Amino acid sequence: MIVSWQAPASLALILFLLGLAALLARRNLVFVLMSVEIMLNAAGLLFIAAGMRWGTPDGQIMFIAVLNLAGAELAVGLILLLRLRGRLTTLDGDAAVLLRDSS
Amino acid sequence: MMRDIWLVPALPLAGAVLLGLLGGKIPARLAAVIGASSVGLAAALAIRIALLWFAAPPPGDAFLLPLWTWITLPKFSAVVGLLIDPVSLVLILVISVIGFFIHLFSAEYMEGENGYARYFAYLNLFVASMLLLVLANDLLVMFVGWEGVGVCSYLLVGFWFEEENNGEAAQKSFIVTRVADIAMLIGILILALRFGTLDISTVLHGAVSAWPPGSFWPAVVAGLLLVGGLGKSAQVPLQTWLPDAMAGPTPVSALIHAATMVTAGVYLVVRLHVLFLLAPAVLHGIALGAALTVLLAACAGLVQSDIKRVLAYSTMGQIGYMFLGLGVGAWGAAMFHLASHAIFKALLFLSSGAVSMRLHHEQNIFAMGGLRTKLPLAFAAFLVGALCLAAVPVVGCGFFSKEFLLGAVWAQNPLLWGVGILGAFLTGVYIFRAVFTVFFGASVDVSGAYGVRVILPLTVLALAALGFGWLQTPDFLGGANIFSNVLAPALGGAATDASWPVALIGMAAPLAGIGLAYALHQNGFWRRQGAASPGLFVRFLQGGMGFDALYRAIFVKPFLWTVRVLKDDPVDQVFQLLQRAAVGLHKRLREEQNGKLRRYAGWMMAGSLATILAVVFS
Amino acid sequence: MSLCLLLAIPLLGGCLAWPADRLHPHLPRIISLLALAATLAVALPMLHGTSFWLADFSVPWIPAFGMSFHLGLDGMSWLLTVLTIVLGMFSIVVSWRENVEKIGFFHANLMWSLAGTIGVFLALDLFLFFYFWELMLVPMVFIIAIWGHEDRRIAAIKFFLFTQGSGLLILIGILGLAFLHQRATGVLTFGYFALLGHEPGGAAGFLIMLGLFIAFVVKLAAFPAHVWLPVTHTQAPTAGSVILASILLKTGAYGLLRFVVPLFPTASHTLAPIALWLGVASIFYGAVLAYGQNDFKRLIAYTSISHMGFVLIGVFVCNALAWQGVVFLLIAHGVSTGALFIIVGALQQRLHTRELSRMGGLWGDLPKLSSFGAFFVLAAMGLPGLGNFVGEFLILRGAYGAAPLITILAAIGLVPAALYSLIAIQRAFHGPVREARAIADFGWRENAMMLALAAAIIWLGVYPQPVLDVAAPSISAMGVTP
Repeated sequence: MIVSWQAPASLALILFLLGLAALLARRNLVFVLMSVEIMLNAAGLLFIAAGMRWGTPDGQIMFIAVLNLAGAELAVGLILLLRLRGRLTTLDGDAAVLLRDSS
Repeated sequence: MMRDIWLVPALPLAGAVLLGLLGGKIPARLAAVIGASSVGLAAALAIRIALLWFAAPPPGDAFLLPLWTWITLPKFSAVVGLLIDPVSLVLILVISVIGFFIHLFSAEYMEGENGYARYFAYLNLFVASMLLLVLANDLLVMFVGWEGVGVCSYLLVGFWFEEENNGEAAQKSFIVTRVADIAMLIGILILALRFGTLDISTVLHGAVSAWPPGSFWPAVVAGLLLVGGLGKSAQVPLQTWLPDAMAGPTPVSALIHAATMVTAGVYLVVRLHVLFLLAPAVLHGIALGAALTVLLAACAGLVQSDIKRVLAYSTMGQIGYMFLGLGVGAWGAAMFHLASHAIFKALLFLSSGAVSMRLHHEQNIFAMGGLRTKLPLAFAAFLVGALCLAAVPVVGCGFFSKEFLLGAVWAQNPLLWGVGILGAFLTGVYIFRAVFTVFFGASVDVSGAYGVRVILPLTVLALAALGFGWLQTPDFLGGANIFSNVLAPALGGAATDASWPVALIGMAAPLAGIGLAYALHQNGFWRRQGAASPGLFVRFLQGGMGFDALYRAIFVKPFLWTVRVLKDDPVDQVFQLLQRAAVGLHKRLREEQNGKLRRYAGWMMAGSLATILAVVFS
Repeated sequence: MSLCLLLAIPLLGGCLAWPADRLHPHLPRIISLLALAATLAVALPMLHGTSFWLADFSVPWIPAFGMSFHLGLDGMSWLLTVLTIVLGMFSIVVSWRENVEKIGFFHANLMWSLAGTIGVFLALDLFLFFYFWELMLVPMVFIIAIWGHEDRRIAAIKFFLFTQGSGLLILIGILGLAFLHQRATGVLTFGYFALLGHEPGGAAGFLIMLGLFIAFVVKLAAFPAHVWLPVTHTQAPTAGSVILASILLKTGAYGLLRFVVPLFPTASHTLAPIALWLGVASIFYGAVLAYGQNDFKRLIAYTSISHMGFVLIGVFVCNALAWQGVVFLLIAHGVSTGALFIIVGALQQRLHTRELSRMGGLWGDLPKLSSFGAFFVLAAMGLPGLGNFVGEFLILRGAYGAAPLITILAAIGLVPAALYSLIAIQRAFHGPVREARAIADFGWRENAMMLALAAAIIWLGVYPQPVLDVAAPSISAMGVTP
């Protein structure tokens, strides 16, 4: 079955918007991380769709790179999350405003 | 011997430096000795030089001692040098000899004051500057002395600095003369540009060969220089500072504001008379302004109650006479009146100082009275001075000099002569108003006796005032021409003598004035005038005819207004506006940096979207 | 080679002074003073050079960009260098008894700033000039920001912004100049002599000149670019104020004389009328504002603006007499204003205030301080016979032929000068005593400083010819009216 490249591209867009919406709406940092992952996957999917469109393997190579990146990012993110929980005893992202300009 | 002339200004200067450096460390007596002896030595030297001069005048009747090169540049040079000629010789004698006696008087007058050494340091510095002024061979060097005497005058008028009023008077005297000096400086600049030097003889020769008489530039230059002279000499319209300058110690008034500094303007015109002859319009202006000054001073002198202010206005008026002489080209007569005025006015100030010394520095004439018997020495000295000032015939030097001067004026312009006679009449009235009020009538209590440092100057000056006039007498009194003969090489021959009716009127006017003063004293008018609160017109006269108010309105107030408006630096305010804008923007933007991850992410997305859209649709 | 010593000794002295305070609090002062004395000992004999350039030193620096480490000393820069060293020594002595925190770093900054200033006066490569310009200013920012008075932060920020702004203009200007020169001749160089005589024409050349002009006028603190000066001079510690007023202001005038006028003869001639009017405006604006100040230090700061108006006029009437006057006035103003800042600093140390309304009648308590104060105020006013008068007179005399109206206005500006001088004397030294105080007069150290400065200003006023002779070759080399 030959699928046109528009379909995965549209799915990528939907996934990205879903992820963005979750990112903006959720305060729990676990969900924030998850939504970032969803957005990354959307980007990966878009790479594959683009590879389909031009008939090259470059998109799939990039997807592997994105996967690696996402894994690394998730590792760092989870560590930060744990540290944050230790410091603030909460996972509420809006409570983590240590970077705010004081005064 | 002539080469030692540099010591004449250098000795007082050394005295000033010595007193300035040692000031507080030496006993008062030593300070007085240093102060007086430095001027005394200068006076002795000046006398010696004068005697040599009269014995054998140097060739050309001028002696120039170049000292050192001040400035030598391609288009301008100035050499510091001292020039002796008859004019400067007469003046260094007047300055150093009278200066010495005033130092002597001061030593007793100022006894027990704070800053005794400081006083003598200033006074010595003044004498040095004044001597430099008259000896200078170069206008720029003269300007050094010119400003130097101004600063010393400022410091001495404000000598009792704790009094706010003294400080204001001192500032006023300096500022008014400074305004005049700037005009003079501009005149000097024009000469420097034109001739590349300010050496007086070079400039005068250059002016004569470059400028035809009556042309534009000599008038401008002479006018500007004249303004400087008018300021220093307290002539209309720059006379307002002199009465206030009486805030200084009385010997200072005697030396600076009567005998020497205020005559610097006369000296300037005499020294540059060649230039002024090229500008007849300026000479007319001088004569006219002088006539105004004579009348203004005489009218104001009639209503003063402070004895020093009476004398201040009389100084103004007498210098007016000198300028009257200058205006008609009678240089020698003006110089003679200058010298004679220096003697009798110093005498008047010193004797008035001697009076107020014994009255706890009282200066109001209506608080005095009957002092003729209590203070006979002061009375005699003041009387001699007053007779000279009023120009009572034959008695004092004032008569001879004024006679000589008014004779020259008559020959040129009878109308101005009339003003002069009117002035002489009024002078007789106001000075004898003071004499009668202070020394006659009901007496006040005084105590104490004078020391030799007061007696000697008063005696010597009184004798000099009586004798000096015989150097230059009218024809019907022997026709001596000693003074004008001395000056002749520098200033040309003596003026013609006036005819006898003219001389007779000249002699009658002061006598009439004194008679009127006596009559009004007899019927008690002066006392009533002193007791009554002054009317509008009298107040107008007392205040010097509204010049102060006028200047306050057109100069002082606008200046202070500008100062007030600009005080906070409007340009800085503009820059502060920028600063405020930056701070405001900072506050707005800072609110966005709230640390909320989701807000940041939202902005990032919005930014990315905007960028993509911009790329796609461009 | 000895030119490098002029820079190296103060730089090294600063580096040594920094850690020295750990050994003894006086050690940084002694090191700095010795270093400056050594620098002076190097500088003084250089005057006996025979050629026009008393000394010259050049090695390639960044040859790829045409930059070289080129130092040169002529009469004018010798005078200003010696002034810098001598007043630098005074600025160290002046705070000798003060309790200064981080005293080593303080002296290190002073020395570096002085080294930068000397470099500015010596550099004959434009990029090197810019480098020293920054070296001179950055330590001064620290001096103001760390050791200043109550509003030191604002003062430091203002100083930093204005000087860095002018530094940026200089950088853009010299880059533009070099690139235009490269386009015209194919050679990329920042050398002063290579650029001399190749004025870039047209709008670009004019804009570059304008940029440099603005930069130097900001440094000179002429109206309306003066706004950094009052607050900076007021808030800096005494030593900093002395250096700022006596030396750093002069770099602006030096920049105009050395670079703007010779490198852009025609463009600066076009600008001259505006510059002259700015000069007149400075004279009056500075004088009127000085009169209105209550802060004694601020009053003196505004008088500097007034005097720099004369300098600006003197530079832009473009003739030898006025330029002589400018160089002379720079030196005389350095001495007189330095002395005044020392006096005000001493007053603040004793009275813990700079407000004139709380002074008055000081002559009774502090006769020596007050006499010197009045003396230097009168010197700054331009009293004939003292140094400043000679400079002002030569400027006026030089300007009169070229611009009579400007000259007359400038001369009239001497009247408000008298006003602010007298009001300063009246409010501080004369007048009634307003507060009872028990304070000490000048000690021998301060007396000696004052006497030396007074002697200098009298010597400058009475016998200025040696100074004029030293400056003369530099002035005549600058060319005459285009």
